[in-house]
Amino acid sequence: MPTPVSPTPPDGHLLEVRDLHVEFRTGEGVARVINGVSYHLDAGETLAVLGESGSGKSVTAQAIMGILDTPPAHVRSGEIRYQGRDLLTLGEEERRRIRGAEIAMIFQDALSALNPVFPVGWQIGESLRQRAGLSRADARRRTVELMDLVRIPAAAKRLGDYPHQFSGGMRQRVMIAMALALDPKVLIADEPTTALDVTVQAQIMDLLADLRRDLGMALILITHDLGVVAGVADRIAVMYAGRIIEHADVRALYRAPAHPYTKGLLESIPRLDVRGQALSTIRGLPPNLMRIPPGCPFHPRCPYARQVCVDEVPHDLVLGDGRTSACHFAQEVHDDRAR
Amino acid sequence: MLRFILRRLLQMVLAFFGTTLIVYALMFAGQGDPIQALAGERPVTAAQRAYLTEKYHLDATGVGGFFYRYLNYLGGLLRGDLGQSLTGRQIGDILAAAWPVTVKLAVIAMAVTILVGVTAGVIAGIRRAGVFDHATLVLTLLVLGIPTIVLAPLAQYFLGVRWPIFPPTAGAQPSLWALLLPGIVLGSLSLATALRLTRTSVSENLRADYVRTARSKGLVRRRIVGVHVLRNSLIPVVTFLGVELGNLMSGAIITEGVFNIPGVGFNLFRGIRTEDGPLVVGIVSVLVVVYLLSNLVVDVLYAVLDPRIRYE
Repeated sequence: MPTPVSPTPPDGHLLEVRDLHVEFRTGEGVARVINGVSYHLDAGETLAVLGESGSGKSVTAQAIMGILDTPPAHVRSGEIRYQGRDLLTLGEEERRRIRGAEIAMIFQDALSALNPVFPVGWQIGESLRQRAGLSRADARRRTVELMDLVRIPAAAKRLGDYPHQFSGGMRQRVMIAMALALDPKVLIADEPTTALDVTVQAQIMDLLADLRRDLGMALILITHDLGVVAGVADRIAVMYAGRIIEHADVRALYRAPAHPYTKGLLESIPRLDVRGQALSTIRGLPPNLMRIPPGCPFHPRCPYARQVCVDEVPHDLVLGDGRTSACHFAQEVHDDRAR
Repeated sequence: MLRFILRRLLQMVLAFFGTTLIVYALMFAGQGDPIQALAGERPVTAAQRAYLTEKYHLDATGVGGFFYRYLNYLGGLLRGDLGQSLTGRQIGDILAAAWPVTVKLAVIAMAVTILVGVTAGVIAGIRRAGVFDHATLVLTLLVLGIPTIVLAPLAQYFLGVRWPIFPPTAGAQPSLWALLLPGIVLGSLSLATALRLTRTSVSENLRADYVRTARSKGLVRRRIVGVHVLRNSLIPVVTFLGVELGNLMSGAIITEGVFNIPGVGFNLFRGIRTEDGPLVVGIVSVLVVVYLLSNLVVDVLYAVLDPRIRYE
């Protein structure tokens, strides 16, 4: 499977997901949540994973972390390589050691993601005490440093405060401080700004970008908000119905999307330079993952759809600049600047 | 918090007056002739009747008279004088003898509830839908379905008489060993409830978002369950146990009756049966205070356990 934009480094990618298949087995049937997702991440890079709710972007991330609830989730096939090792073949104990220390994750709603009955200082320091073996006093000192790092004002005074005593933005900073405690090489941010006000969103995104640069981490930014991605990401992987349907350099993707779905997403963003027109939308709804349409899963909603889209699942087409698009008419969409 | 406690104490004063008034009214409104009740089957001479009427202020009749006697009684109560029972014993002395027995019984019942109920509840919650979970579900349903009035004699017969493992009755000065079986019987109901509550609470908390966070921190499972989940799961359980301890402290009429344990419930039941008004009102007044205080402790404890709760 071709990978776009960046060539494979000689010693392999830092993190690479290969042809991952995950399904949820429930009483009502089997939901195919991830259907052959591949993406990679190199050191110091930011990859944005974009998609609607249910497109499988969070599930992929949780599969990387190894925190999927199994059952109902079941990883059917695929590989998740971190520094050359396939995480899916490791035992639970080895995977646990990687969590937090090598790959860390922050979640969407920091209020529910933090434990309500423990002070934030305790929760940040827990990794330091339990995983890094720091003493109480050292952990406390390092916790204050971490809280300063994520720019929580008067950090030392707030160690003993509980999550509910913080504002939404500050809570997310606590989450970030907690994720950074063990100096991970990869940080996965699962919709880190969705629950926040717009101004706070910008602050958190700036913070994440700065931290990524200063600490030399790689960042996977999961979001459904194209606006959030633009300034921060190097590459974008767009997901739909558990597949990556377009994978490209940020600028290339914004300039000319090569998949009808991405195109629809971009056109549905309100723009200041286009006035007096109704905002365009993508018609229909994302598919039920228990009954994904045959052929291209996007065909029922696609303005470009033809018979071949119903009959054949499109493969990733590699376009001129190394980007991929899983559309039979990728080049046509790419060249189509009419709208 | 201090203001909350003060306000609650003031509310308790009102609740105390209200409940004692109701119990006092119920106990004495039902009686035909209190002097004859006092004398029992024996005849009462005119002189005795005049003396007792004078002593108990029975000459004042109607609502005014009732309140006169109630306030008089209340005055004694506030000075710590619970008065005399119809048998002539000081009610204070009766309670001083009965309460330690009831407290022992309550502690045994509570210990059984915590050791067995909470522990089994945690295990059932972790292994939800497993064999252990289903087994405890059926067992607790059974226990909750059998009333104590059936369970107590059954336990007494099988474990005290048929296979004499435990003493069948407790007697005047019961040892802890003699109180064990009654304690288990008494605790079985709260045990079943505590088990179900713990089980639900644990299994719900296991699915909480913060557990996912704890897992992503790479903590060992023992710590995730033992620290993160348990600390949250026990909030409703401790609240329940606190209220339950208040209940147990106020005596168990049926259990103490069946096993012949001279505790508070036993004396209360005897007071009701013999229409011993002063005894019933005296015991109930003290019970009201115990119950109100234990509820206050639970409320304060709740705020300590759950930092999100603030009383203002």
